[in-house]
Amino acid sequence: MSQGLARSTLTHLERLEAESIHIIREVVAEAENPVMLYSVGKDSAVMLHLARKAFYPAPPPFPLLHVDTTWKFRAMYDLRNKMAELSGMELLVYQNPEAKERGINPFDHGALHTDMWKTEGLKQALDKYGFDAAFGGARRDEEKSRAKERIFSFRTASHGWDPKNQRPELWNLYNAKKAKGESIRVFPISNWTELDVWQYIHLNDIPIVPLYFAEERPTVERDGMLLMVDDDRFPLQPGEVPVMRSIRFRTLGCYPLTGAVESSAKTLPEVIQETLLTTTSERQGRAIDKDAGGAGMEVKKQQGYF
Amino acid sequence: MTDTTHPEPVYVVDSLIAEDIDAYLDTHQHKTMLRFITCGSVDDGKSTLIGRLLYDSKMIFEDQLAALEADSKKVGTQGQGIDFALLVDGLAAEREQGITIDVAYRFFNTEKRKFIVADTPGHEQYTRNMVTGASTADLAVILIDARKGVLTQTRRHSFLAHLIGIRNIVLAVNKMDLVDYSQSRFDEIVADYRAFASSIGIEDFVALPISGYMGDNITTLSDNTPWYAAPAYFGRSLVDHLETVEVDTTRDLAKPFRMPVQWVNRPNLDFRGFAGLIASGSIRPGDAIRVLPSGKTSTVERIVTLDGDLPQAVAGQSVTLTFADEIDCSRGDVIALADNPPQVADQFEASVVWMADHALIPGRAYWLKIGTQMVSATVQAPKYTINVNTMEHCAAKTLELNAIGVAEITTDRPITFEPYADNRALGGFILIDKIGNSTVAAGMLHFSLRRAQNVHWQALDVTREARAEIKNQRPGVLWFTGLSGSGKSTIANLVEKKLHALGKHTFLLDGDNVRHGLNKDLGFTEADRIENIRRVGEVSRLMTDAGLIVLTAFISPFRAERDLARSLTPEGEFFEVFIDTPLDVAEARDVKGLYKKARSGALKNFTGIDSPYEAPENPEIRIDTTKISPADAAELIVAKLLGDYWMPEI
Repeated sequence: MSQGLARSTLTHLERLEAESIHIIREVVAEAENPVMLYSVGKDSAVMLHLARKAFYPAPPPFPLLHVDTTWKFRAMYDLRNKMAELSGMELLVYQNPEAKERGINPFDHGALHTDMWKTEGLKQALDKYGFDAAFGGARRDEEKSRAKERIFSFRTASHGWDPKNQRPELWNLYNAKKAKGESIRVFPISNWTELDVWQYIHLNDIPIVPLYFAEERPTVERDGMLLMVDDDRFPLQPGEVPVMRSIRFRTLGCYPLTGAVESSAKTLPEVIQETLLTTTSERQGRAIDKDAGGAGMEVKKQQGYF
Repeated sequence: MTDTTHPEPVYVVDSLIAEDIDAYLDTHQHKTMLRFITCGSVDDGKSTLIGRLLYDSKMIFEDQLAALEADSKKVGTQGQGIDFALLVDGLAAEREQGITIDVAYRFFNTEKRKFIVADTPGHEQYTRNMVTGASTADLAVILIDARKGVLTQTRRHSFLAHLIGIRNIVLAVNKMDLVDYSQSRFDEIVADYRAFASSIGIEDFVALPISGYMGDNITTLSDNTPWYAAPAYFGRSLVDHLETVEVDTTRDLAKPFRMPVQWVNRPNLDFRGFAGLIASGSIRPGDAIRVLPSGKTSTVERIVTLDGDLPQAVAGQSVTLTFADEIDCSRGDVIALADNPPQVADQFEASVVWMADHALIPGRAYWLKIGTQMVSATVQAPKYTINVNTMEHCAAKTLELNAIGVAEITTDRPITFEPYADNRALGGFILIDKIGNSTVAAGMLHFSLRRAQNVHWQALDVTREARAEIKNQRPGVLWFTGLSGSGKSTIANLVEKKLHALGKHTFLLDGDNVRHGLNKDLGFTEADRIENIRRVGEVSRLMTDAGLIVLTAFISPFRAERDLARSLTPEGEFFEVFIDTPLDVAEARDVKGLYKKARSGALKNFTGIDSPYEAPENPEIRIDTTKISPADAAELIVAKLLGDYWMPEI
């Protein structure tokens, strides 16, 4: 991005990039067994790109971990496999065996779906491989409790988060010391905003899931959310008929939990334009924040959700 | 907008977004970034100001606004109006208490810049949070309630901002609407503040009359303060100032090149790169560099990035450098301009902000992280602490939570550093508790306490002094004496552990490692006991010549032999430690069952029973074990040595 640079003042994106790369390198230098959580979304895409920059010409010296719910959009699985190959990193896919056995799904089980596949699945995967540091693509501008979370966020041996007992984080000096069994979640793009992420993807030509761009797709409207019928995993309710609409996604999660927006934005500048002109916040498309009132995410994080 | 008295937000939507997104993106791409901190207490309207900045720059979405309006009616403090503070008070517990207890980071953009705001609480018990927020800030906004004027908390916030080295200070006199936008009131407050600011060394600041609630002088100049446009005043809006003030990275660029090495990148035998974030200056291929602390030199061959090699890299960029020569360089080293390197030292004076609930233990070893260097370090009892409300210097033995003090710090090996005032990245450090792993303090190095000793650069005569100096200590003998079962070995062991934790090189001589080897030909007759102690004295002397601190734990009952041992070591290096335990107490303990044997006659020549113990007349240290525990005794001995013996030389 900064090729041929001979200016004195760095742009905000250059400063953010440098900070993120610094964070990623500190973790690799000080943690014993780091891993990058890769959710295939746009934030993961930027984080992975930054990791590749941090260690070029070597591939990033840690694996990618996808905590799979089996309910991701098909296009997400495609990009996931492609990016693992491109980066030269090992891809670990983890599916909670209990959730699989019990057939937990977003249509019948609601909040339990997120809890078992994602929260429990993540804890199980981290325990299974013994990872002591896990990179995540969360940003502070996403949600109120994230705004106060450290870049290095400590978890007890049972993965709990104590918001009142966070380590002070001064300058760019991160303290990665921890007791056996404890782990750190590290958020290298904490200080990026949604606009920064989009712009960085644009400037660096980073591959993202095509679902971020508008296209005619089969949809149904349910509880005020526009849901895409990705394949026959989607059970239609009596009387529901999928309607073709030009839609795209602002965030990507499990496809039945993620609402689409009607859009005609087919290029990144158009997506950015739409993002800036829109009047609702990014996570509104996700059902997850609506649980447990305004403190939904904070409670989930204390339980070990990323 | 539910409240018609609020002026319309100015940064509604940049018209370029709708009309020409590519042009907009081009502008946004070239924006710079400013990080700032807002300082004020609950009632100063800090959260309201931040909420206002977010609101005016369109960082609040419709759904958030709807939630905000609902919350404002439920728990807001502004009647039916929007309570902007609710936007920024994040955690559930904080919302209930109505105060901000942690550092929260907020983001907004204007046409010229991206802003990151560290929102920190203002109460004295949150000093550590404010220092944390300030550590990454280019600028500080000090909020004052116009009705209240300069308060204790204003002084505290200003002092902390200045301590952390923030050069851009903005005095925002808030709630001007509640004093009828009075010019004289504003003048009065600014004059008060100026007098205080200059007294603590703040050379410059700008002052603005604002109302966060009403939006006066936030994004545009307000009609309510026409007098503010006069030349005597700063005359610009808050956002206008934030958009144009010089940021610190620009200043860092003018300084000599320094890059702490984070990671050595070695994907194959043909590539060896040194990765790091450039702390100051700039670098080009061909530039001569020096690696600290080794002092080895080379030239930069390439500046490697995923996007191709760079012709130049500057302060604030994360890069990977390769050198023309194969020289040793690893994590923790600092790559610097060859003919203008930073200093290397191991003893410093520093300001320390204590951030943990448990107080500083002077002399205890903590991890010290500075740049990418992680070393063991000890902090001495502070020379003084600073009362953050009155700026008075106070005597103190330790640093409690939120205390700020000036103290001497010793690292177990030399580190590469610069005074914090010259370079934040090479002068700012954190201290980490070695057991609990928490970050317990932040500090700023002032200067080194003795000239950098670049041991790798100069040949040294290997003298007694040289051997001691390389160990960073004064040698000495701690001669423990006392009855059998008095606790000599126990306490000596504890003392050695403490000294070891302090990075001291020690050796403990006791019955176990002497009687079984060197002195196995000796028995327990009076003559043998004298010879035993003579040999221990000689060995101790040799060890002090090697630079060690020797601890001996023998009954050593005879005054003459102890005096002999004393005479073998140079004046002032011998410390007689009398473990004073009365015979009846020692006999009652009888850990090894020896007194019982002696009383029964099975053991001959037993000190205290049928052989005399000559108690020291003037021991350097006397420990009464009937009054203090072995742990406290060890603490006392180490403290005394630190105070009387090792410190004066430093």
